[in-house]
Amino acid sequence: MPYIPHTSEDVRAMLDRIGVKAIDDLFDEIPKALRVDSLPGVPAALSEMEVARLVAMRAATDGRPLNFIGAGAYEHHIPAPVWALTTRGEIYSAYTPYQAEASQGTLQIMYEFQSMIAGLTAMDVSNASLYDGASALAEACLMAVRAHRRSKSARILVPTTVNPTWRRVASVITEGQGLVLEELPYSTDQGTTIPQALARYDGQDITALVIQQPNFFGQLEDVDALSRWARANGTLIIAVVNPVSLALLAPPGEWGDAGADIACGEAQPLGVPLSSGGPYVGFMTTRTEHVRQMPGRIAGRTVDLDGKPGFTLTLQAREQHIRRGKATSNICTNQGLLMTAATIHLALLGPVGLERVASACVARTRELVSALCGIPGVRAAFAGPRFHEAVLLLDRPAAPLLESLAAEGIIGGYDLSRNFPELGPALLICATETRTTEDIATYARALDRLLGRAVAA
Amino acid sequence: MSNTIVKQPEPLIFELSRSGRAATAQYPPAATAEIPAQFRRRSRPALPEVSELQAVRHYTRLSQMNFSIDTQFYPLGSCTMKYNPKACNSLAMLPEFLGRHPLSPASTGQGFMACMFELQEMLKAVTGMAGVSLTPMAGAQGEFTGVAMIRAYHRARGDLARNEIIVPDAAHGTNPATATMCGMKIREIATLPDGDVDLAALDAVLSSATAGIMLTNPCTLGVFERRIVEVERRVHAAGGLLYYDGANLNAILGKVLPGVMGFDVIHMNLHKTFSTPHGGGGPGSGAVGVGKRLLPYLPVPIVGRDGERYRWLDERDLPESIGRLSGFMGNAGVLLRAYVYMRILGADGMERVAEFSTLNANYLMTRLREAGFDAAYPGRRASHEFIITLRRQAHELGVNTMDFAKRLLDYGYHAPTTYFPLLVPECLLIEPTETETREELDGFVDAMTAIRHEAETDAAMVKSAPHTLPVRRLDDVRAAKQLDVAWKPAGA
Ligand SMILES: Cc1ncc(COP(=O)(O)O)c(C=O)c1O
Repeated sequence: MPYIPHTSEDVRAMLDRIGVKAIDDLFDEIPKALRVDSLPGVPAALSEMEVARLVAMRAATDGRPLNFIGAGAYEHHIPAPVWALTTRGEIYSAYTPYQAEASQGTLQIMYEFQSMIAGLTAMDVSNASLYDGASALAEACLMAVRAHRRSKSARILVPTTVNPTWRRVASVITEGQGLVLEELPYSTDQGTTIPQALARYDGQDITALVIQQPNFFGQLEDVDALSRWARANGTLIIAVVNPVSLALLAPPGEWGDAGADIACGEAQPLGVPLSSGGPYVGFMTTRTEHVRQMPGRIAGRTVDLDGKPGFTLTLQAREQHIRRGKATSNICTNQGLLMTAATIHLALLGPVGLERVASACVARTRELVSALCGIPGVRAAFAGPRFHEAVLLLDRPAAPLLESLAAEGIIGGYDLSRNFPELGPALLICATETRTTEDIATYARALDRLLGRAVAA
Repeated sequence: MSNTIVKQPEPLIFELSRSGRAATAQYPPAATAEIPAQFRRRSRPALPEVSELQAVRHYTRLSQMNFSIDTQFYPLGSCTMKYNPKACNSLAMLPEFLGRHPLSPASTGQGFMACMFELQEMLKAVTGMAGVSLTPMAGAQGEFTGVAMIRAYHRARGDLARNEIIVPDAAHGTNPATATMCGMKIREIATLPDGDVDLAALDAVLSSATAGIMLTNPCTLGVFERRIVEVERRVHAAGGLLYYDGANLNAILGKVLPGVMGFDVIHMNLHKTFSTPHGGGGPGSGAVGVGKRLLPYLPVPIVGRDGERYRWLDERDLPESIGRLSGFMGNAGVLLRAYVYMRILGADGMERVAEFSTLNANYLMTRLREAGFDAAYPGRRASHEFIITLRRQAHELGVNTMDFAKRLLDYGYHAPTTYFPLLVPECLLIEPTETETREELDGFVDAMTAIRHEAETDAAMVKSAPHTLPVRRLDDVRAAKQLDVAWKPAGA
């Protein structure tokens, strides 16, 4: 019996002690008619060795292609200590630090994470994770409605240049509470939000404006102009940011004249593997004045009976286990392990290392764009400054090309045609510090050959 | 008392920092980034500057200040803190799985998708449901998904007035919080003294406004809802649907299927029943299963199969889907761990889970009662967990549940869940799980007995426990009033 330690003598003695004859007697309160006695549809047990072989074969089928997609999940080097430490049993097999005295490790890591993320975003306070970036955006919208007491509209402006999946998730999660997410158009020449598009909302009751920097296309938005409009209009600012980019780019706390009100995003680029999309780690920071509206766990530093410093979960009156139907969110289990990975990752890179990673991302992407745009039939969609992604326009549909590239072990980018049909055939590509000049050349050669061959055919 | 816990305080990583120190082996080659001044950050963020060894030592020491399943008995009720098999972790961390980009074409993910497809099928089988979506990222998001599907179902039928969700007073906080998030009104109903739902109270709230009921069965009081069939008939007759909070699925795995009990939708906490690690707070997975009525509304993506090929089903395949809840497909790595766990257990192993978790709970309850502690529901069988109420001890000795819980830490046991469910005073919700030995359970009974003895002879000592951990009881009021939630560099 895998993982069950009972000997038959244990079972006998335990049943005697309880005063029943058989284990089955312990289920005698369950109506007989509801009972099942087997689980057809679940295969028979395998040994660890057999499962290991099966799963390793499956993994081998998928292989390790060369990746040029970002679109919300980014491949970075993860220092070896990150997962060696994160998978220590004392971290990995603990739970929410309800018993603070027996969880000082987890609590201090939460506090360090909060400090690092608050520092990176230049905001006052951070929580200790939400599920992922998409759901963090949804929570930020809900929070903005609670925090902005004077606004009654629950209208939130969301630029089309915000990650389209995140926009969709935000609308699914906020719909029940009556939020209205309205799209702001972008310039198909620049790939950025048109600040003048805000003019039609002048003087209207708009609860919040979402600004993603860098935006979904990798382009840099004029965050100062957008923020100034919001401030002047009495609209809260929700910043959506990539934490790696913040080593180089102005942090939300410094946008416009007074900074953003809420910043959120996906901390996956900080030490969390791509892993088919999860588990990742959403983050959220805000101004001190809004901290009581924030969802999620927060660790605070305090003192014990002897006056010695220590850490504990704080502001729990925001949370579902205390406030139930009036909580700021229903979140309970969060992404603690990934929060830990991100903390260790940032500790190892430090301010200089993170800046080196961010700079390498910008440089590699530039190199990738120039290599691919040298191929006939390929050109960059937008000229302005960008971080580590770019949109390429193609002279033919992207999907078949991507399939052919995949057959050669190259994941060539994200096909934008479904979410952004107005661009025509277009591809979102990404290069982080992990892509070498040789990787880029490999991709360029393959694309050149495929485009040339298809034209000839 | 055996604690191997590190007791010396560990400075903050920021306090170890020295300007100019770095873990340079982790740096990529230097490169210049051309970013116009307008967009640039003006000063470096206050991140620590430490060597690799300093970081390793710091986080190793912090880890040693934690209680965990790998180091301690952790009978935290409602959380199913059982052994997390190491194989589940090492196999989910094969480099091919870790390196797979979520948006890479399905043609390059057939191995991974095969695991996910089979996981969906196994979860259908263990719940008796018609369809499964793996995307919710924890139990609470599974609940959100379920209530959103219930809302979509009523809406599709033009039944627009149904905006009430019924929850028993014993429900977990996420249930009412979820109902609110979905824009529903909450109707709370009472539980009878024997732990079952009060059918009269249920009848009184059922109406044409009922969207559904959220039930945990066995419930968080540690007993099986014996009149589940009557509950099901009444709710369905009133036009409502039944939501099954699967947090306690461990207790009935292979014994009763929620689908057979008449539930329309269920979430499973894979981090409980299917033993994926709790990670110091997460990640989890709240995969949902639905009966036929709710099939069209399942969230996407779902793995489908065309012949021998797996593919992602999205909103084009399921136009009535409630949509997406995460950036990609949810907590894929958690799902892989659950998959490995289920394959190692197999059908028989899963039934053993329910049997031995129930055996352990009933044995521990029996022994604690023999030792003079009061079960909250003495006339009932324990499910995989049970409640001890320390009301008598609190009254007679002035030592309450919190004090017992803190003193248990000194004995090297993580405390059970305290003060939840709210309706049992001075309660300890105890869930031993199937992976604990009889010796461990006996040791826990001895500790509880010893603490009571201490309470009789030296109550002040128990009331000021713990005494052997890195810190003593913490000032929670100060934590909330003098908020210190982020380290700031001097002068900032
Ligand atoms: C009964 C019950 N319902 C729901 C939940 C919420 O699950 P999660 O923490 O995974 O969101 C929990 C556990 O925390 C629970 O015990």
